Formats: sequence, structure tokens, C-alpha cells
Amino acid sequence: MIADLFAANVIIGILTSGIRLATPYLYASIGETFGQLSGVLNLGVDGMMLMGAYAGFYVTFHTGNPWLGLLVAILVGALMGLAMAFISVTLKAEQGISGIGVYLFGLGMSDLLFQKTLGTVETVSGFAPLNIPLLSDIPVLGTVFFSHNILVYGAFLLVPVAWFILNKTTLGLKIKAVGQNPAAADALGVSVARVRYATVTLGGALAGLAGASLSIALLNVFQQNLTSGMGFIAVALVYFGGWTPTGVLLGSLLFSSVNALQLWVQILGIPIPSDFAVMMPYVLTILALIFAVRKVNQPASLSKVFERGEG
Amino acid sequence: MSLPVTHKIDSVALRNIVKRFPGVIASDHVNFDVKAGEIHALLGENGAGKTTLMRILYGLYQPDEGEILINGKPVAIRSPADSIQLGLGMIHQHFMLVPTLSVAANVALGLKSSRGLLLDLEVVSQRLRALSETYGLRVDPDAMVWQLAVGEQQRVEILKALYRGAALLILDEPTAVLTPQEVDELFVTLRRMAAEGHSLIFISHKLHEVLAISHRVTVLRNGRVVQTLNTAETSRKELARLMVGREVMLRVERPEVQFGAPRLVIKDLWVTGDKGLPAVRGTSLQIRSGEILGIAGVSGNGQRELAEAIAGLRKPTQGQILIDGMDVTGWRPEKLILNGLAYISEERFRDGVVKDLTVEENLMLEQHGHAPFARGIFLDFGRIASHTQEMIRDFEIKTPSRQTPLRNLSGGNIQKLILARELTRKPRVLIASQPTRGVDIGSTEYIHSRLVAQRAEQTATLLISEDLDEIRNLSDRIAVMYEGRIMGVLEREDASIEKLGLMMAGVSVESQESG
Ligand SMILES: Nc1ncnc2c1ncn2[C@@H]1O[C@H](COP(=O)(O)OP(=O)(O)OP(=O)(O)O)[C@@H](O)[C@H]1O
Ligand SMILES: [Mg+2]
Repeated sequence: MIADLFAANVIIGILTSGIRLATPYLYASIGETFGQLSGVLNLGVDGMMLMGAYAGFYVTFHTGNPWLGLLVAILVGALMGLAMAFISVTLKAEQGISGIGVYLFGLGMSDLLFQKTLGTVETVSGFAPLNIPLLSDIPVLGTVFFSHNILVYGAFLLVPVAWFILNKTTLGLKIKAVGQNPAAADALGVSVARVRYATVTLGGALAGLAGASLSIALLNVFQQNLTSGMGFIAVALVYFGGWTPTGVLLGSLLFSSVNALQLWVQILGIPIPSDFAVMMPYVLTILALIFAVRKVNQPASLSKVFERGEG
Repeated sequence: MSLPVTHKIDSVALRNIVKRFPGVIASDHVNFDVKAGEIHALLGENGAGKTTLMRILYGLYQPDEGEILINGKPVAIRSPADSIQLGLGMIHQHFMLVPTLSVAANVALGLKSSRGLLLDLEVVSQRLRALSETYGLRVDPDAMVWQLAVGEQQRVEILKALYRGAALLILDEPTAVLTPQEVDELFVTLRRMAAEGHSLIFISHKLHEVLAISHRVTVLRNGRVVQTLNTAETSRKELARLMVGREVMLRVERPEVQFGAPRLVIKDLWVTGDKGLPAVRGTSLQIRSGEILGIAGVSGNGQRELAEAIAGLRKPTQGQILIDGMDVTGWRPEKLILNGLAYISEERFRDGVVKDLTVEENLMLEQHGHAPFARGIFLDFGRIASHTQEMIRDFEIKTPSRQTPLRNLSGGNIQKLILARELTRKPRVLIASQPTRGVDIGSTEYIHSRLVAQRAEQTATLLISEDLDEIRNLSDRIAVMYEGRIMGVLEREDASIEKLGLMMAGVSVESQESG
């Protein structure tokens, strides 16, 4: 039975869904990377994803236009990011706790809205697969890499874009400086608050997008707690990735591949208790965090409130 | 490349500045001014309000009263962004650098790039090279800041300000972390800048530096200006008196004491440094009870690693450390403390105190689990209050209250607090690393007298300092450390500046005698 896993079509299936499933993790954890690099630990990602997923689904369900749904999801996520920035930067609240608050809000609110406005689990026809001409015709590789929906391509494109912003632009330099030594940035006239607002809002927008990628591109449904903790995994992936977009990419792929493997184990009916199969990715996360994290890149002021004149 | 003064500053004046913090008036109607081409020194004891005044000028604090005039016109400085715009630059007492970024990136931070949104680090590097050439501020623009020595980091700080075309430069205790040679180099740069029309405000506790570099001196005490004088018309003695408010002995009395048996014995010690290479290479020393052994030498020659090994913060790779004959090599700090070891670290914020705790909590930090601070598992708050109050009084720690967060104390007072905590325990062995770095002369005098007084208590003291005067005034014997090795140990009477200087450059006693 285990041998079934090594059949060609199964391997292709695992790889294809591994790439597909990396999408929400990529959006969410790249967004979180920006926030953390600037010194804000946002634990509310999962709540933002849920709100984005709901909003995107609702709009698509009623208008039939997934693009509109996507836009609204991004806006809702950005708004929640703005709220998180307000709480942690302006009100200077403890970041870990306020993040959990934001998560619980998103979890409860998305469910409440779902009950009130939809009531039952519906489906939409979200973003359809987009076969890239010529490339998608290549045997095997074409299926694995070039016949996904547009949000999947977008997620992978985000990696080099984020890398470029962080390493080649003045904004990227400000973000890293504010996360490592906010007092130094402040003394040079860089507004620590403005940079942190920007990164956390961007993180929120990307979390909303991550949620929508589930509800209107990958699964095309919405239900209570659709993400089941993916946002927390995304936070962990930022650590795993050593606060670099490429590291996050690696982590997302590893994680989603194990997830895909786990799904196929269930589909093929391989006699491993399904609870264990479902646990696999999470156990992997914990192991990876223990063994693979390179703390050297950790922003020195991560989750610390900045106040001028101290220190 | 010529001087990039893009701003024209003829004069900057602070008028009737008042700044209050909970429990203290840090600036009390202060008037202060500086003109183009002038080096104006700001002098005052720890906590006199020098840094506060400069932070107000630079826009990091807002004054409660008073105004700032540039070229005679009032200006509003709400943030560092404003002051940079006006042509001000500040070198902070504690450096403001991002260690994980390169020198060029640290300089470019917050600046408009010539390529719009994209970074132009190559352009910055190039201009930086030219600037460092002009001012003799050697530094590699592509090096990462964490790899730089303190002296180099300071050059980066100065370059940061120059690069922004600063016309007025505030230097808050720039020499505290420099070796004597680096101070000389800095002075050359500062004189050159003044000659080219920059205004400079220079803060230091070292009177000879102030006398050597400045045109005018303003003395602050308790937030008030005592007097502004022309440097040429004053003396070391007068400045000391104005600062402290009484006559200061610039030398300590050292009563003779009878030395006892060796208390701290170090045998062939090898210790690895942060870079993974041996920093201490086969050091052997003996300090008798009642004796102060001074270790002179340019820092970075293994002194810190030696101190940390004795204090239990670093495991030696080889060799032995004995206290009163007991082998304590590799013991945990807690056990060492219980056995009478006291440590005054040169990294006072990292190893000496917890910034977010109160003065009181910091004073009981090492002994919170024992009498007189605890009864069983409970803290005895009554005894804690009376004990810490006593320590604050005995050691003249200037603090609004016992409950003040430590971070609000000035540098010198933090150092006195550490001293109070370490000495009240009646240590058998005391390691004092740079005990008066950044400390004003009044407190230095006091710290010195306490260290000397420990001799009568039979403490064996290892004094590590870059300040040769301090070493020569206090020590019974003097050793020089060079590249991890002891170049020789001299009796106090034999330790001439010349001999010590040669040893600091790596010439051992034996070869001096034979040569
Ligand atoms: N942020 C703050 N909050 C409360 N009190 C403060 C703060 N900053 C400084 N103080 C207090 O203001 C007074 C002046 O401190 P300041 O740092 O200006 O002294 P200083 O002259 O620079 O001393 P040092 O030579 O030790 O650096 C001190 O009593 C200090 O405790
Ligand atoms: Mg100061």
C-alpha cells in the first residue's frame, strides 16, 4: 500500500498540490516577514486570513466576480492590519497579547458574518486554472508548475519582489533598521511609527489575500475556521525562514509538500490513523523550529515597544 | 573633495531651557550658545543634565520652557528629522548604529537616494571614501558595523553627521570609549572641522581633554549653568571646583597596608574570545589580600576575557583559578558570588544591571535570595528598604527615589550603584573593569577612595583600566597585558610611564632590561 505513494501519477499529484497549497502560506508569511523585520510580531495573521477569506468569498458569491472579491479581501485585511498597527504602535500594547486578540476577533467575526449572511456552506467558481501557453504543455513539469490559478503564480512572484524591496530599496533599509535599532533610525529622522504602520498594514493586506486564496481560488468554499490555524503556521514559517523571503519560500514549500503527502496518504487509504497523518505537518513545524532556526537574523527589537528617549 | 557644509550656521543659542523629569529638573533655565568655528565644551558631573540639554537641541526631547535660536531666529525642533534639516548632527553617548547593516547602509539610512526609491549604496560608499579621506576618518564603507571596533564605530557616527552636511556637531562623551591614540586622532579631526567653520559641542569628564580642545567651557551643576569661561583663562583646578562645588583632590591617599597570603591565584590560564581564537594565552598572576593589582594595556588585548573567566562568565580552556586556595575554575557566577567574588563589568548595561528594574531591585539583584533581603522564600521588604536606602546614601547615588527605573539614572550614578552593590557584600576578591569610564571627577574620586579602602578590608583587587593615571594612582603592582599575554609585572615604584608604554606596545620587561 505504501508503495502506491511512489506511482508516477501520485508523485505528480503530491508535487502539484504541494505547490498549490504553498500559496496561502506564502502570502501570509511574506507579509508577516515585513512586519517582524520592522519589529512587530503580529500573531493575528490567522484572524486576518479568516476575515479576508470570508469577505472575498461573500463578494464573489454575490457578484460572481472573483477579482472584486479579491480586492475586498485585501482591503479588509489591510484594515485589520491598520488596527493591529494602531494597537501595537500607537497604543503601545503588548504585541503578543494584542495579536491573539485580533485573531480571536477575526475568528469570531468571520463565523458570525458567515452564519448571518450565508448560513450554509456554499461554493463559488473562483479563479480558474490558467494554463501558461507552451510551458503547460511540457509533460509532467507542465502539470506540476504551469497549470495553476493566477493567485498561485502571484504568490511565487511575491518572493523575488519582497526580496528586492528588502534589499534594494530605501524602504527596505528603513524596515530593517527600525527592527534592529529603532533608536538609531529615529535619531536619523526615520519615523519608526510610520514604517511600522506600513509593514503591519501590508502584512494585513497580504493576510487577507492569503485568506481569499483559500476561499476563492484553492477550495472555493467558506466555512467556520476555514484556515484552521494556517496563520499561526505562517508566523512560524517566518522564524523558520530566518526572516528572509527565500527562507520563507523554502519553509512554505516544505510544509505544504508534507501537507500534500498527508492528504494523499488519506486519499489512498494507507492505514496510518488519519489523526497522525494530519499531525505530521505540525510536528514537522516544531522540529524545524527547534533545529533549523538561525536566530542571527532575528530583528533585535522584535515585539518591543519603541519610545523615544529611552535606552 | 571639499567641505559639504550645506547649511550656514553662524550661531546656535539655547535660551532659558527648562526640562523636568519625574523628581528632577534636568535643565533649569539654561542659557548656552555656540558660534561657527568654535569648540564649546560642556562640563558637569554625572546627572548634571548635559545629555538632556543636547537631546533637547537635537529634537529628541521637547523642552518644557525656553527656546532655541539659530542665527538669531527662533526655530521649532520637534524631532531629529527637523534638526538634521537645520544642519545639526549628534554623536550619542551610546552609539546609534544598526549592527547588522554595513557602514554605507548605516549612513544611507533615512537619506534621499539619488536613484529615487532604489538604494544607491555604491554612490554613498564612494562619497564616504572621499569624506573619510578628507577628515582622516578611516573606515571601510562595505564592512558590517558589528565587526567594527568601538573607535571605528565612532568614526562611522561622525561620518553619518558629516555626510548629512551637519554644520553643528554635538559630541556626547566621544572620548569615553577611545584609547589615548584614538583621542589624539579625533582631536585632529575636530580641530580641522572647527577651522573649516563647523560649530562643535564637546562633552567630556576629562578636564585635560576639555582644556586641550575647547575655546570656551560651560559648567553645569544640578541642571543649572554655573559659569561659562574662556578656556585659555581657566585651569584644571578651577574647573573641578566649579563642577563639583568643592575642592577636589586629584590624587588619592593610599595608607600602607599589610598584605596577606595570595587570595586570587591564576595559573597558566587560556581563554577563548568571541572570535573563536584564544584571547588569553597562558596568563599567570597572584594577588595577595589587601593588594590592588592593576592591569594596563590597550583594550582588546584579552583583559575582558580574563575578567569574564574569573567572574565565571566564560569557561577557560586550560589553566586554573584559585580563591584562597580553593579551585574555582569553571564555577557558575552564583556560586562564585556566594564565595566572595565581586565583579564590576566594563559592559555595565549588559552584565552589570537590569535597565528595566528599579534602583532598589538592582541593588539587591545578586543577593535577593539571602539575608538581609530575604527570609526563607519571601522578600523582606522592610529590610530591603532600609538597606538599599543606606547604600544609596553611603555611595552618594543620585536618584529621585528607590523606585526609579534604573534606565533613568545617568551613567555615573549607575556605576556608583554597581559599586555599592558589589562592595557592600564585603568581597574577598574584586574584579574592577574600567570602573570609572564615563564617570565624573567627583564620583571618580569617590570610587577610587572606596577601592583603596577595600585594601584595609583585605580584599584582593584586580583593576583593569585603560586609564594609565588611574592604574598608577591605585595599584600596588602593575601588569601589562598584550595580545593575551602578561608582558611583566612591575612594583608601583618602578612603573614609569615609559616602561609601561613600551610594554603596552609589546616589549616585555626582560627584553627592556637586557636591551
Ligand atoms: N528619560 C528620563 N526620564 C527621567 N529622568 C531622566 C531621563 N533622562 C535623564 N533623566 C534624569 O535627568 C538628570 C540628567 O541626566 P543626564 O543624562 O542629562 O545627565 P548627564 O549630565 O548627561 O550625566 P552623565 O555624565 O552621567 O552622562 C539625571 O538626574 C537623570 O536621572
Ligand atoms: Mg550623559
